[in-house]
Amino acid sequence: MPSLEDYKGQTPAWCPGCGNFGILKSFKDTMVDLGIEPHQVTVVSGIGQAGKFPHYLKCNTFNGLHGRTLPVATGIKLANHEMLVIAVAGDGDCYGEGGNHLIHAIRRNISVKLFVHDNQIYGLTKGQPSPTSMEGMVTKNQPFGVFSEQLNPLALAIALDCSFVARGFTGDQKHLKELMMDAIPHKGFALIDILQPCVTFNKVNTYEWYRQRVYRIEPGYDPEDKIKAFQKALEWGERIPLGVIYRNHRPVLEERIPVLKDMPLARQPFDPSKIENTIKEFY
Amino acid sequence: MDYSIKIGGEAGQGIQTIGDTLAKVFSRAGYHVFTHQDYESRIRGGHNFFQIRFSEKPITASRERIDIIVAFDKESITLHENELSENGLIIYDSSALKQKYEKPQFLDIPFVELAVQQGNKIMANTVATGAVLGMLRLDLDIFNGIMHDTFSKKGEDVVQANLNVAKAGFDFALQNCPKCIFIPSSFGEPKMLISGIEGIALGALASGCKFYSAYPMTPSTGIMNYLAGKGKEYGIVVEQAEDEISAINMALGASFSGVRAMTGTAGGGFALMVEGLSLAGMTETPIVIALGQRPAPATGLPTRTEQGDLLFAIHAAHGEFPRVVFAPGTPEQALYLTNKAFDLAEKFQVPVFVIFDQYLADSGWTYDRLDATKIRFNDYRIRGDAFKKLKDYKRHAFTETGVSPLGVPGDSESLVVTDSDEHDEEGHIIEDSGTRVKMVQKRLLKKLPLIRQEIAQPYLYGGNDPDIVLVCWGSLYGVVREVVDIMAKDKKIAMLHFSEIYPFPYYLGLLKNAHLTVCIEQNATGQFARLFRAETGYTFTHSINRYDGRPFTVENLMGELHAFFGRL
Repeated sequence: MPSLEDYKGQTPAWCPGCGNFGILKSFKDTMVDLGIEPHQVTVVSGIGQAGKFPHYLKCNTFNGLHGRTLPVATGIKLANHEMLVIAVAGDGDCYGEGGNHLIHAIRRNISVKLFVHDNQIYGLTKGQPSPTSMEGMVTKNQPFGVFSEQLNPLALAIALDCSFVARGFTGDQKHLKELMMDAIPHKGFALIDILQPCVTFNKVNTYEWYRQRVYRIEPGYDPEDKIKAFQKALEWGERIPLGVIYRNHRPVLEERIPVLKDMPLARQPFDPSKIENTIKEFY
Repeated sequence: MDYSIKIGGEAGQGIQTIGDTLAKVFSRAGYHVFTHQDYESRIRGGHNFFQIRFSEKPITASRERIDIIVAFDKESITLHENELSENGLIIYDSSALKQKYEKPQFLDIPFVELAVQQGNKIMANTVATGAVLGMLRLDLDIFNGIMHDTFSKKGEDVVQANLNVAKAGFDFALQNCPKCIFIPSSFGEPKMLISGIEGIALGALASGCKFYSAYPMTPSTGIMNYLAGKGKEYGIVVEQAEDEISAINMALGASFSGVRAMTGTAGGGFALMVEGLSLAGMTETPIVIALGQRPAPATGLPTRTEQGDLLFAIHAAHGEFPRVVFAPGTPEQALYLTNKAFDLAEKFQVPVFVIFDQYLADSGWTYDRLDATKIRFNDYRIRGDAFKKLKDYKRHAFTETGVSPLGVPGDSESLVVTDSDEHDEEGHIIEDSGTRVKMVQKRLLKKLPLIRQEIAQPYLYGGNDPDIVLVCWGSLYGVVREVVDIMAKDKKIAMLHFSEIYPFPYYLGLLKNAHLTVCIEQNATGQFARLFRAETGYTFTHSINRYDGRPFTVENLMGELHAFFGRL
């Protein structure tokens, strides 16, 4: 069985107090609790503070480009669907630069688990607004406040019939771990939007700000009721719900591809002599 | 015997079906065949044509002189009548074109009426196919076999209906064409008929490609269609991506995961992939990119041909890393060079390009056979037990050759880590200058000379002591070769064809003693000539550039060349 020590990576270069630490802790705990060995998981990340996440772990890693996390994760999963594939991204990374990929990864419903470190700001580039920054937030490059409407990733995902949609909070690590434990065995694409304060650049959405608003979704809530889920996803402001907001049982991409039925693509042998017969088809 | 047939009409009239069927009849009859297509970027209407040349001697290009024009629209007549050979004929259906042509070279065949009499008017193009075969006095047996192969899945009725209408066209031409004096030579052993795009796709199949992701874009889409059709038999996943950025990143993910992966696009789509190309360079992830050039900038002439992206392919992407660029000249080269692309991509863990254009993609060539034993397949990845036994694995380990072991994630407890940031041997992010320098040496400087050794010299065709050397690359192989054949009768002339272009194979050889060296390219600025000068310091004496989106023909290239010969 794996231990926390097995998952120990580089010393994080995040700011002291960064919301990412809680996510890292919840993730390691989840892996250990699920008994997943480091070589059985591949973490794919992009660029931003979240992009560094896999370096602070020990596991197979593809740290690619800003916004391109999901296409790489999709390719990895299609080539080896027995591998657990986790995509880690930031709000700018996934909802901004990679927005198109998010839409289509949800549509495909490939079993990739997307954990978005959502701090409602750009940290690595030092404080520009992200797609989830609240309207009116003043930044260096938005001196009159953000004009654009705040993106609601959960409502977007539900509209696309995403098969697993949840929100976590780094300040509630136990609950976040439960969400991860739920998302990982889920068949199909899973999105967890994780509220995570940027202690250096986001002076609005602080630990305190979140703590005053977040609440765990009440027991008895049915995440399979899409209309209620949509209403739940629209809650933002005085009260912000945490938990599994929506889930369904849509067919899963890797199970629909006949070629992948018996064995992962990466283990399927290739017989070069077959080409002789194919050449004959050109006569 | 050397006949050319042009089938012209609007998009949606079945021009390609007639062309494909006739070409197949001729190749099965054992003739050498060359086909090319000219079409507009539309689903219906416009004017398109399909041209077929066939001969008992090897042929590698189209001629301008046409023996039979099959006209489904008036443009086929107004635009191409002057291309007719001395004994050439135009067949058309006066009721469909709503015009009667009284000149002696016209033969009015009621395609539609014969089709209706025998079944259905949608089979008018099968009547035309039969009529052409009747004009050539080519027995319908081979045609009938092709109809069985094509339609037997749809039922015997469909097969028989097609045979009947073709026979009606055949008989009509036989009875009403006293001027048809075509004399085809006797049949030989059947030949295979393959297009450039099929050559690339077949090369991917033969190389064990298991993952292909792309966004549809002319002229590359044929690769995706072909591989999707073979997916089940060969175990290939074909994924249509939401955009080209995703396409290349998916392919890189699949390659990282342990399978041979490829993507394909045209110049505009490749522009979106450029960031991912750099990612392949940094993460040393093998990938093959098929890049179909077409006239640009921007959308340009989407369905036409150009060689305008050579320097783009060579220079694209931020940063410095090794790459390989191949530009096949024939479907056969497309097959073997795509295979070599997969081999080198994995051997050196670098991106490799197969660049082509619409002309090569859509041109059909015949071969007696393609030799499958020339296909290389070495699995350079470290899998299964071999990976399990490997101690202290580091994905980007420093080695003598710069090539680090490429482990398949999950096959061993060893972890496979890579990063778009500069990284250490394990693959983890770093900032220090010492590691950076060693990584650049490993990734780029150590590999480059080894890759260079794999690149073949250009192909010389013609005499060893030429006064005139025609230099070309990629799809111009066929037309330049035919020009050399013709001109060699009274001149010392040779062709130098480059298909393995980058790293550049240093060559001066015969150029130094030649009086006239002409670089022929399908672009406006002479990109290959510039590359040649940059790499060797040598400047060609002349250049011929065509950039109207149409391919060179033997006649128009000869015309351009004759303009230079006064200077010899």
